[in-house]
Amino acid sequence: MLIPIVAMVRKDLQIFLSDRRAVIMSFVAPIAIASFFGSLFSGSNDRQPARIPVAIVDQDRSAVSKAILANAQGDKNLRITTPTADEARDGVRRGSITVAVMLPSGFGDASGRAFFAGRERPEVTMWYDPSHAVELGLVRGVLTEHAMQAVSSQMFSGEAGRRLVDETLKNLDQSGMPPAQRMLLKELLTAVRGLNAKADAAGGTGGPAGFSMPYTVHEEAVTSGSNVAYNGYAHSFAGMGIQFLLFAAIDLGIGILVERQRGLWKRLRSAPVSRVSILGAKAASGTLLALMSLLVSFGFAMVVFKVRIQGSVIGFLAVAIACAIMASTFGLLIASIGKTPNATRGVAILSVLMMVMLGGAWVPTFVFPGWMQRVTVVVPARWAVDGLDAMTWRGLGFSEAVMPVVVLLGFAALFSTLTLARFRWDER
Amino acid sequence: MAVDDVSFALERGQLVGLLGPNGAGKTTTVSLITGLLTPDRGQILIDGQPLAGDTHPAKRRIGLVPQDLALYEELSARANLRFFGALYQLSGKVLDEAIRSALTLVGLVDRERDLVKTFSGGMKRRLNLAAGLLHDPDILLLDEPTVGVDPQSRNAIFENLETLKQQGKALLYTTHYMEEAERLADRIVVIDHGRVIADDTLAGLRALAPAAPGMPVSLESLFLSMTGRSLRD
Repeated sequence: MLIPIVAMVRKDLQIFLSDRRAVIMSFVAPIAIASFFGSLFSGSNDRQPARIPVAIVDQDRSAVSKAILANAQGDKNLRITTPTADEARDGVRRGSITVAVMLPSGFGDASGRAFFAGRERPEVTMWYDPSHAVELGLVRGVLTEHAMQAVSSQMFSGEAGRRLVDETLKNLDQSGMPPAQRMLLKELLTAVRGLNAKADAAGGTGGPAGFSMPYTVHEEAVTSGSNVAYNGYAHSFAGMGIQFLLFAAIDLGIGILVERQRGLWKRLRSAPVSRVSILGAKAASGTLLALMSLLVSFGFAMVVFKVRIQGSVIGFLAVAIACAIMASTFGLLIASIGKTPNATRGVAILSVLMMVMLGGAWVPTFVFPGWMQRVTVVVPARWAVDGLDAMTWRGLGFSEAVMPVVVLLGFAALFSTLTLARFRWDER
Repeated sequence: MAVDDVSFALERGQLVGLLGPNGAGKTTTVSLITGLLTPDRGQILIDGQPLAGDTHPAKRRIGLVPQDLALYEELSARANLRFFGALYQLSGKVLDEAIRSALTLVGLVDRERDLVKTFSGGMKRRLNLAAGLLHDPDILLLDEPTVGVDPQSRNAIFENLETLKQQGKALLYTTHYMEEAERLADRIVVIDHGRVIADDTLAGLRALAPAAPGMPVSLESLFLSMTGRSLRD
């Protein structure tokens, strides 16, 4: 039975290779899209991340507000501009500014009083682009740090702070504060005044510097090794590779329906070849084409984007082969369910797009809601992407490839069983 | 209407014309013989042995020329024939010889390396015939093999069929063209509504109908008298 099977596989490969445009698209499209996504998500150390455009409208022009502005301008996460209030609001509406912060008149004094005595806090207005809600959280946190630093620094050692210390001490008895608390605050402010006096005597140095972050941060991306930087292209090529692998599966399924429509299936079925041989040959040619597409994509990523298999090479190949088998059996399932090529194509494309989206091929699965992250374990694309990630940039060993391979082959077995149960063998 | 009660025999060196209106069951009958459909009851006998199963050895004795141009347009004529021959376990020199012989018969030797999509309709029909002959079958089932071809190609196909008949092949030929059956068929089987309503030589069928002296009844008139004049869609 080997001669017909080999002939069927060879014929499918010949037909695929005979269409140069389809061949180019099969290889170029995943590479182009994966390169684009990779450039977006790559954590390469030699590139600066895109800064968030933030406008600060300083209507106070106090030492505190100027210090906040200066601190924000030095922040690597922010790109600060200082337009008028109207310009800032308009910029947010147009999308050129993500967040605009307005520090109102009297902000410096009011924040100082609120800082020491808990008096009414000044209101800072933030206009933000609702399509960038995530950045709003980041900007709020960063500005809180800069504001606390600026206000505390000014309150403990700045001119305005000294004035406010004197003023607060003078008015403390009329503040209505509980006596014990009032006494503690008086001791604190007296001590601050004493420190400032010593600093003046020493020529303006040695005074309290205000609040600062009580810790420093050592950031380390956990990859395959301590000196190995994260390569975002590894994930994007895995995701797009799987997506186009499944698109190839659609072509396989549609191809069978086209063969049936053109009467070619009659020739196959009239020959003394078993059904298992016919479907087996289709699965084999589909697997070879899918594997070729995946390996060419990764080969390109290795040469051009320095993607490396940091984990087990055998594990990588095992995951890749399991992915290809899963994809080709999925193609057979499409052929067994579909009736006509045109009617089937749209449904098949939609199902593949859903599968790769839920599988984390477009965006990492951690951005999904918790319930969805749990549900997506039933999506083969997720196991495929996780398996390829594990063998590439995560640098894990062969044992971490076993579960993805087993699950992908399990999906292949399921698709094959459904295909055998549903396939229409009768020909008229 | 599925085929319900069709029974006829096909002898070596004989061409049987299988006629019937649209929906009569001609293609279904051919599909049953080639194993494309599984009969609920009844059987196909080849030299007295029942044909059963996808891989039954007797299937190798049957060649099918389907109504559709069942060819891979993206491949050359030779690549098509290599593939169809391999389905019957042909390989190597045996396959090469079979391809050469089939292409010679249908007059396409000089175009063997050309892509099928560059062929005319008539050439495709002839290649369709060649694909059914590669494994040298004893029985050839031809389902409307001349649909849409020019007179020259049709004539060439007729000559090919005459040659095959002389080689001792048994040919079953379905067609809507009565003049083809008149020219080629040694025996004519007419089916309608899934049943055989006539099975005889052309002369035998003519004897059933009265005719003016010296004016033989045409097969088309006989056919219409047997199957009626109402439209079949």
